[in-house]
Amino acid sequence: MNITTFIIVSVIKTALVLFVLLTAVAYTVWLERKVVGHMQNRWGPTRVGPFGLLQPAADGIKFLFKEDLTPPHVYKPLYIAAPMLAVIFAVTSIAVIPFGNWFSVGNFRTPFQITDVNIGLLVVLGITSLGVYGVALSGWSSNSKYSLLGGLRASAQMVSYEIALGLSLVGVLILAGTFSLRGIVEAQAGHFWGFIPNWFIFRGGQFVAFFIYLTAAYAETNRIPFDLPEAETELVAGYHTEYSAMKFAMFFMAEYANMITVACLASLLFLGGWSGPLFGPSWLQQLLPLLWFFLRVFGFLFVYIWVRGTLPRFRYDQLMAFGWKFLLPLAIANLVVTALVVVLKP
Amino acid sequence: MVPLSYYLVLSGILFACGVTGFLIKRNIITIFMSIELMLNGVNLSFVAFAARWQQLSGQVFVFFVMVVAAAEAAVGLAIIIALFRTRETLNIDQVNLLKL
Amino acid sequence: MLHLILFSVFGLVCVGGAVNLLLQRHPINSALSLVVVMGALAVEFLLLGAEFVAAIQVIVYAGAVMVLFVFVIMLLNAGEEERTSGSRVAWLLGIPAVLAGMVIVCWALLARSNAGVAAIGALPGHPADIAQLLFHQFLLPFEVTSVLVLIAIMGAVVLAARPESVERTKREG
Repeated sequence: MNITTFIIVSVIKTALVLFVLLTAVAYTVWLERKVVGHMQNRWGPTRVGPFGLLQPAADGIKFLFKEDLTPPHVYKPLYIAAPMLAVIFAVTSIAVIPFGNWFSVGNFRTPFQITDVNIGLLVVLGITSLGVYGVALSGWSSNSKYSLLGGLRASAQMVSYEIALGLSLVGVLILAGTFSLRGIVEAQAGHFWGFIPNWFIFRGGQFVAFFIYLTAAYAETNRIPFDLPEAETELVAGYHTEYSAMKFAMFFMAEYANMITVACLASLLFLGGWSGPLFGPSWLQQLLPLLWFFLRVFGFLFVYIWVRGTLPRFRYDQLMAFGWKFLLPLAIANLVVTALVVVLKP
Repeated sequence: MVPLSYYLVLSGILFACGVTGFLIKRNIITIFMSIELMLNGVNLSFVAFAARWQQLSGQVFVFFVMVVAAAEAAVGLAIIIALFRTRETLNIDQVNLLKL
Repeated sequence: MLHLILFSVFGLVCVGGAVNLLLQRHPINSALSLVVVMGALAVEFLLLGAEFVAAIQVIVYAGAVMVLFVFVIMLLNAGEEERTSGSRVAWLLGIPAVLAGMVIVCWALLARSNAGVAAIGALPGHPADIAQLLFHQFLLPFEVTSVLVLIAIMGAVVLAARPESVERTKREG
């Protein structure tokens, strides 16, 4: 592939993935409102379009045309930059995530992924670890006590849970032997005992790692039951108290984009990525992996919403104790056990 | 192709900026950040030398530098918090007594 | 050529960030410019092929250490620094000395350099190779640093914990 085709293909892929991601973000919001509504014996959005399906568009237009208030005492450069940072870091990590196998038309062949790097998982971890800045800086620059408390809580919480999150993934890395997300999915191909798929969740005690990863990821994305940084009963709206209109919407988008990244990573690392039955003509065989991948991501997003509709919020000291005294030792124990299993296995 | 000396000059400039910050800054947190900047400059020359001699040890040293920097930041920030609790200032010119 | 362009662009970002760290009066601005320096340095590492080091640089430095700095600045509500007489001495004597030393080092490096050139990805630092080195040749230093980190954790906890006497007077008083 020469450099011109490479650039054109990359630009097209990036635009396509961005479009799909932003649409997915909008419809995850819709899904959440609808599902939580039904769980609480309400209808959720019904007025705009059939089943309220046009609600995200209406919300988007509303956010665009609302007055963008800037409170007088904020530290302006950071106040404006913070939501942008949040959204940029949330969206960028999608660049290394593979959605399916290879796509080929005639001689042309490209993966369903913007780019495949051999430190893919580290790139995702690095970019998501930078996501703290958006939240922390918005809390600090708003110059309001609720925002500041939210920002402080967010930075402490995200740094703490990042450790458990990273350690829970080491077991998978030991089994797969590569940082490349595509390589990790390929390491999960096939079955054992004839019928059980060779997913990492079923192997070497990685079920524990899966549990740790999901819990820590909920805390990383500031979702219930770990949404202390924006606990509306204590902190008004936490770190985005002083934000309105599009800037507020950016934090919202960042949160949901992060949820989608977490769901993608969980599917790739533990549930075999895009593996699934392939049948039909060759074009269908190329596109079916996308569907299987999408189903897993949808499942994870549904669990996110389900958890939100079910669990109450932690208290802050409980949150810290849970992260440091329970999840972290558990992650280390899981790591030791996985390493022993790999070493002792003939 | 970039001459290796360019990388070393860049690393030297970063180190000099760190030294300057260490000298002229009065806020103890910023002084700490200047130290981090110096360590970063050194890391760059480690990686550049690793590329020059085709020895991965240079890159391994960077890890040790990072671990030491992280440990130093943790202890240093704890000291800053303890200091702020007793003196209620971050200006090092006002921290000139060994006891209260 | 591409290498030189990328090197210069991110090198300029590095130097700009470092100078901005010096010029800014507010610690949070300094901290953010240091984050920029670290990000640009990660790109320079990538240009030399040290991909794993670059990733760790972003995760550990920009994502953890600097977040701690920002956290402490937020926690202590650090304001702009004041100018005092102590810094004037440093300005007058320190800056010229540093500049002179810098110029000499740069001149020595550029004029008498036979250090060779580096291409893009001059030494690919694959994680597996680095791990080989880290867990065989450098096993002892690795274990020693782990002890160091443990001591640092305990030190940080002891230092940052409130003294019990303070706690008790608060409770009673």
